[in-house]
Amino acid sequence: MIEIRNLHKSFNGKKVLDGVHLSIDKGQTLVIIGRSGCGKSVLLKHIIGLMKPDAGDILIDGVDIAKMRGKELESLHLNFGMLFQGSALFDSLTVEENVGFGLIEHTKKDMDFIRKRVKECLTMVGLEGIESLSPSQLSGGMKKRVALARAICMSPKIVLYDEPTTGLDPIMADGINTLIKELHEKIKVTSVVVTHDMVSAYKIGDKIAMLYNGSIIQSGSPDEIKNTSNPIVQQFITGAATGPITKEV
Amino acid sequence: MKNLLEELGKKSILTLEYIGEVFMLIGQTLFWIFVPPFKVKYVLYQMNRIGVLSLPIVSLTSLFLGMVLAFQSAYQMKQISAEIYIAGLVALSMIREIGPVLTALIVAGRIGASITAEVGTMKVTEQIDALETLATNPIKYLVVPRFLASIIMLPILTIYADMIGIFGGYMVGVWKLKISPTMYMSMTYDSLVPKDIFTGLFKSFVFAIIISIIGCMEGFRTEGGAEGVGRATTASVVTSFILIIAADCLFTALFYFW
Repeated sequence: MIEIRNLHKSFNGKKVLDGVHLSIDKGQTLVIIGRSGCGKSVLLKHIIGLMKPDAGDILIDGVDIAKMRGKELESLHLNFGMLFQGSALFDSLTVEENVGFGLIEHTKKDMDFIRKRVKECLTMVGLEGIESLSPSQLSGGMKKRVALARAICMSPKIVLYDEPTTGLDPIMADGINTLIKELHEKIKVTSVVVTHDMVSAYKIGDKIAMLYNGSIIQSGSPDEIKNTSNPIVQQFITGAATGPITKEV
Repeated sequence: MKNLLEELGKKSILTLEYIGEVFMLIGQTLFWIFVPPFKVKYVLYQMNRIGVLSLPIVSLTSLFLGMVLAFQSAYQMKQISAEIYIAGLVALSMIREIGPVLTALIVAGRIGASITAEVGTMKVTEQIDALETLATNPIKYLVVPRFLASIIMLPILTIYADMIGIFGGYMVGVWKLKISPTMYMSMTYDSLVPKDIFTGLFKSFVFAIIISIIGCMEGFRTEGGAEGVGRATTASVVTSFILIIAADCLFTALFYFW
């Protein structure tokens, strides 16, 4: 269970998050939508403790991650997996070392076990026989999938996705969506997905929340969002060039 | 005038912040060195990169500089028929100054720049964030091995550069100026006291801290894609160069004039 209470964050005097309230139940997939640069990724980085809020609390199973430091935060991170927008694979390591990074660094498991687990994770994301390649030899879609395998390798309880389908062709994007859905059903994780891809949002989300001007203006089931009367959300989900969002700019 | 003062004030605050960050990073690095698990493998890898792979360039530059020193001083000494003193002159200048400073500058250009480019690229492609989400402290994983490898390898490289430089002087002295080999070597030994060697090594130890810490810190501060990485790399080399020369000046003054 993740609970965000009254979260505030500014960069150089510019308010990015301005009182965000949000709760995510165990095993639920929450999709956060919003325009590019509206602070979705910033919100995600607060949930995993990569950024510290100016004010507000982020409770993970009742513990405030914003107040954690050092070793305490590190051990909490073992429960998290995160898929980054640009995959963020370590380019000095092979695919196998990337996927097995957590196991190699934090467990005393022998290489045979790690190899087996890496293979298992790669199979889960539909890749095989690429363990010895380096990230620079992979296509964008493969990188995303390897990054996804890395995110789930330590069997996390919470997985965060930062724009999982951005930069992929529609077929590959649907493949990633299906994968996220499958993983969610198979390993029963709590997921938070940040995206501006509405196809993806409807497909994978149990709940959708829209971030606008630093706060959540609406949240609800995909159907509720589809049939919303809020003109701002309406403009965003239909992708209209004119409407209340563009008028303000 | 007001604008100028404002600008000056801003610059001073930024400089103070920078110095603060440098000492913070040194402190954190020293802390993480002693936190298990200890990954010797990573340190060895960096030692190879920083030390072994720098051997060719260090060899060539110090050999030539040793020779140039001998040639230049021979030209002066000839006028008072004191060519024999070039042995001591080469040895002293190599061990006290040129060995430590030249090696440090080469390593700052070669390794400091590559550390910044590597860490900076990791920063802008979110790999540093990824490390943290994989429960790995970036200072422990990235800075500690580079820091340890630098403070071990730079003094060793310096001793090596000293010897090669002295050999360069020897080549000129013995083969060109026809000083007897035994005479040249004994003049070399006679001119040195242990203090010269220790101060040279102490300096190179401090230079190693400067190179690795500035290299990593500029990497962590990198923002804004490929252009940012380029800017950070330049900043890293320039800052390291200035700090190395400034520290050299400070220590020379402290060791020999106080």
